[in-house]
Amino acid sequence: MTLNNESDRVKREVLVRVARDLLAGAPEALDRIPLDMRPKGKPFSRCCVYKDRAALRYRVMAALGFRVEDESDELKPLAAYAAEVPSRTRNPEPFISILAEGCSACLESQTTVTNLCRSCLARPCVGNCPKQAVHIKNGRAEIDRDKCVNCGLCAKACSFHAIVQVPLACADACPVDAVGKSEDGRVVIDHERCIRCGRCQKACPFGAIMACSQLADVILKLKAGRTVIALPAPALAGIFPNDRSQLYGALRALGFAAVYDVASGADETARREAAELAERLAAGDGFVTTSCCPAWTETVKRLLPELARFVSHTPSPMRLAAALARADHPEAVLVFIGPCAAKRTEATLAGDPDHVLTAEELGALLVAAGIDVDGCAPAEAVRAGSRAGLRFAVSGGVAAAVAGRFGPGVAPKPYVINGLSPKMIRLLATFAKTGKAPGQLVEVMCCEGGCTAGPCSFEDPARAVARLNALA
Amino acid sequence: MVHLQICQGTTCYVMGAAQLASLATTLPDDLRGRVRVTGCRCLGLCRDGAFGGAPYVTLDGEPLACATTESVLAALRARLA
Repeated sequence: MTLNNESDRVKREVLVRVARDLLAGAPEALDRIPLDMRPKGKPFSRCCVYKDRAALRYRVMAALGFRVEDESDELKPLAAYAAEVPSRTRNPEPFISILAEGCSACLESQTTVTNLCRSCLARPCVGNCPKQAVHIKNGRAEIDRDKCVNCGLCAKACSFHAIVQVPLACADACPVDAVGKSEDGRVVIDHERCIRCGRCQKACPFGAIMACSQLADVILKLKAGRTVIALPAPALAGIFPNDRSQLYGALRALGFAAVYDVASGADETARREAAELAERLAAGDGFVTTSCCPAWTETVKRLLPELARFVSHTPSPMRLAAALARADHPEAVLVFIGPCAAKRTEATLAGDPDHVLTAEELGALLVAAGIDVDGCAPAEAVRAGSRAGLRFAVSGGVAAAVAGRFGPGVAPKPYVINGLSPKMIRLLATFAKTGKAPGQLVEVMCCEGGCTAGPCSFEDPARAVARLNALA
Repeated sequence: MVHLQICQGTTCYVMGAAQLASLATTLPDDLRGRVRVTGCRCLGLCRDGAFGGAPYVTLDGEPLACATTESVLAALRARLA
């Protein structure tokens, strides 16, 4: 999936329009969004303009923070949903919601012979199949569905590329096998297994896997005059192409009362984690894993409970930055902003910060408010982080920051897991079994590349990393 | 030589200019050396056409709305033909 595509654009346009109506204090306009985006007589993307509008209505619902699964009345106006936002005391969890009407019911991953098959003499497809599932019939290779295990060896062996493996975007993207199909072929998510990483949401070309946003809560609290404090993640410094102080100026222009850099929380995480590591290694533990990635800690909780005793007890940078802000402003509304999907769950379960916005949602809010970051007066964070704290957003950065707290010659050996995959999860399970790992400090980040490659961004991860490297 | 300017204003960047920025390094062979790619600050075009027209680029100063890699390449080829 390319970084920006039409599906992402539609999602962003919905967020912008919702934010604009709420900022204008015109929730009654929300019901017009599907019509405005798909006017009569103009092009549509699904079968007809009406299906597009129906799908858009559900997207607005998710943008307001409501799960489609909870819909009780199809005629309930979107404005009525918006009216419920101020009295909401808990963020939606699980935050993922399925737009079943949008799901194309793609086929399960399968290997298929195309008409490029020439029924050659060599027939490596037949010879290389470990399950004897391929045979030649009517001058063409055929795959026995009951025997095929989708290994793809026949596709690799074919000299003509005549055999293809048709992917199932959502399920193939899931690192923990939590995405499946209902009887009618539509996507279903096992929320007990799901680690909230957001990859399926990014991968679905139909945008059928949606996230319930907390954008409406934040906008309405800003408008109500509450003291709202922004906690920008280190990754934001790489994702926005602007000067960081101007990005903070843009947050102030949006109405955030103060900015507490999450990199300052990262510095505190590194300090505490180093102390904890020294203590635990002295007590005889073989290794400790990092705890800052919420998709990783969810993985441990749901799939690798035997590894739980090796995970650091140190709170994440988000939570420590929230604690710093909370100490200064006990009554304030705290809003973490970053490219991560899973932080929503971490914040909801911890109870603080109050809300999580994604980088994409902040972008939509700026667009809706008509704020150009380059035109904003610079502002400083009340708490700023160090360079090492900023590097928490890049794979290897957490291990480096923790190791940097030790004196020369006594630093623990780091081992970095750059991206969770079924293979990496199996590897981590062996660490739990043996009580040993290739390093004393095992850094785990779910997203390959680190948080800068998080699913809720609009920037090319490589460029975000380059920008962050130039800063730190 | 065509001058392609990619708007880096916040609206354009969020709505998809982030993807266009890579055009500077990934121009196809037939266009390489014939296009000068630069970024620029907000052109102000989003204010008239609303964000729905973002991201904007300009080709020798002429604006192109709803720019995608595909539409930009097509416009460049049309101009150079």
